[in-house]
Amino acid sequence: MNDLALTVRQVTYENRSFWRNPASAFFTFVFPIMFMIIFNLIFGSSKYSPFGSNATVSQFYTPALMAFSIITACYTNIAMGVVFAREEGILKRMRGTPLPPWVYLFARIAVSVMVAVLLVVIIGVFGRVFYHVKLPGVRTLPALAVALVVGAATFCAIGLAMTSFVPNVDAAPAVVNATIFPLLFISDVFIPIQGHGVLTHIADVFPVKHLSNAIIATYNPHTVGTGFKGKDLAIMGAWGVAALIVALRRFRWEPREQS
Amino acid sequence: MTAAIDVKGLRKSYGSLEAVRGVDLEIATGEVFALLGPNGAGKTTIVEILEGYRRRDAGTVSVLGFDPARRDRALKERIGIVLQSTGVEQFLTVAEVIEMYRGYYPAPRPLDEIIDVVGLNEKRDDRVKTLSGGQQRRLDVAIGLAGDPELLFLDEPTTGFDPGARRRMWDAVKNLVSLGKTIFLTTHYMDEAQELANRVAVISAGRIVAEGPPRSIAGRELSHTIVRFRLPPRAPALPRSLKSSAATGDGRVEIEAADPVKVLHELTGWALEKNIALAELEVARPSLEDVYLRLTGGEAEAAE
Repeated sequence: MNDLALTVRQVTYENRSFWRNPASAFFTFVFPIMFMIIFNLIFGSSKYSPFGSNATVSQFYTPALMAFSIITACYTNIAMGVVFAREEGILKRMRGTPLPPWVYLFARIAVSVMVAVLLVVIIGVFGRVFYHVKLPGVRTLPALAVALVVGAATFCAIGLAMTSFVPNVDAAPAVVNATIFPLLFISDVFIPIQGHGVLTHIADVFPVKHLSNAIIATYNPHTVGTGFKGKDLAIMGAWGVAALIVALRRFRWEPREQS
Repeated sequence: MTAAIDVKGLRKSYGSLEAVRGVDLEIATGEVFALLGPNGAGKTTIVEILEGYRRRDAGTVSVLGFDPARRDRALKERIGIVLQSTGVEQFLTVAEVIEMYRGYYPAPRPLDEIIDVVGLNEKRDDRVKTLSGGQQRRLDVAIGLAGDPELLFLDEPTTGFDPGARRRMWDAVKNLVSLGKTIFLTTHYMDEAQELANRVAVISAGRIVAEGPPRSIAGRELSHTIVRFRLPPRAPALPRSLKSSAATGDGRVEIEAADPVKVLHELTGWALEKNIALAELEVARPSLEDVYLRLTGGEAEAAE
């Protein structure tokens, strides 16, 4: 079997593994939808819209939760799943077979990206059907696609890099959630942030806000032009490259020594 | 014929700890070789160097003609590795997992044969997470066999097993031997080495301290036989010819016999004549365990 066929085959096995883990698959999908419903219930009736006039709150939350979907499917999934596979010895076992190690990691990433795509579509359809959110037009659609691709690549890389900072399985949920949730709150994902306070400056440093900004711009009815946010994409991309370098240098295949 | 594994002057340190201090090993094709030693003696370090997981500090290592440190794919296609307690994809079935691993090799062993060899037929369509510990361990062996390897590494295959599960694992390993595989086994169970291996090396503190067939390792076949029994209270003294080599303590007697036939003849003759029951009479050669404990200086217990 050549490496391409091996890769395709590995993706099907990883995909099967993902869907057969009910808890993991369920929460990956339920979380973004749950937040969508909750935020719309809380803020849906308010007159205030982050986009100013002529737009509902849902017009903001649909793209914002697309950003969340990418983060949860790529960053959270990969960081937790790979730490688990490493500490269980699955990575070590794989490394003892002729399967090129990159094929295994690529397959995991591919499944995460497929899940992310599926989630983004679900959120988009959900917003359109239940909250009558206006879809991005042909004008901003390419910018949305680019933002999603750069975002998925970046957060997969950050997920891989993060595994090298998580010592064991027990620490994984704590470390992974503690690093991402504060950012989700200050980065225009869960709550649109007003003004330029200290939180905004902090959020500006990290990639979450740049992902949400790049996606949200394509849904903003007031966006003029193509909606490409070059600066956001560049900063996010820089994080992705940095994470990739960290992952390449620090990634471990073996569990921490027992006893 | 070239050796399956050839190791000369192998050394490995972790910081200031010298885990392996100059080890030579030669394992012939088709041999079942067991590396015995207490925890921390350097067993796992040696196996993992042979498997390509760790790098050596010094010495030469050849596995099927390859240097494992180079991690050649061509070598990995010809060996099978069963590590100590490793996880498997929990949500796939037994057959799916083996099938997945089979796909990594150019000439895998047929799926049904693998399942048969390790005795998991009844579990083939069950998910991995429903397997018992012993069954999971046999699945580990099944995965190690997926590529139909010429050489199989088995690192402590039965640690933590109940006696029944150990028997079944041993049967599985004996099946492999009948297939003509070279097997490199590490264990700290003497009976396991005795049952499975053609040749045993005992490692202690990073050095090989004895090597040979389990039957005769460290001059075991030349050692004296032990005759043990219990004497009733107020029994008359043993005849002088036996007394000189006997050790006694609260009624228990142990005689070291260079010629057990003669000693037994004298002993039983004396007992019949005096009408004395020799309770718990047994004749034993020093076990592999006795030899091992002597060689490793009781380290086995200290390390547990």
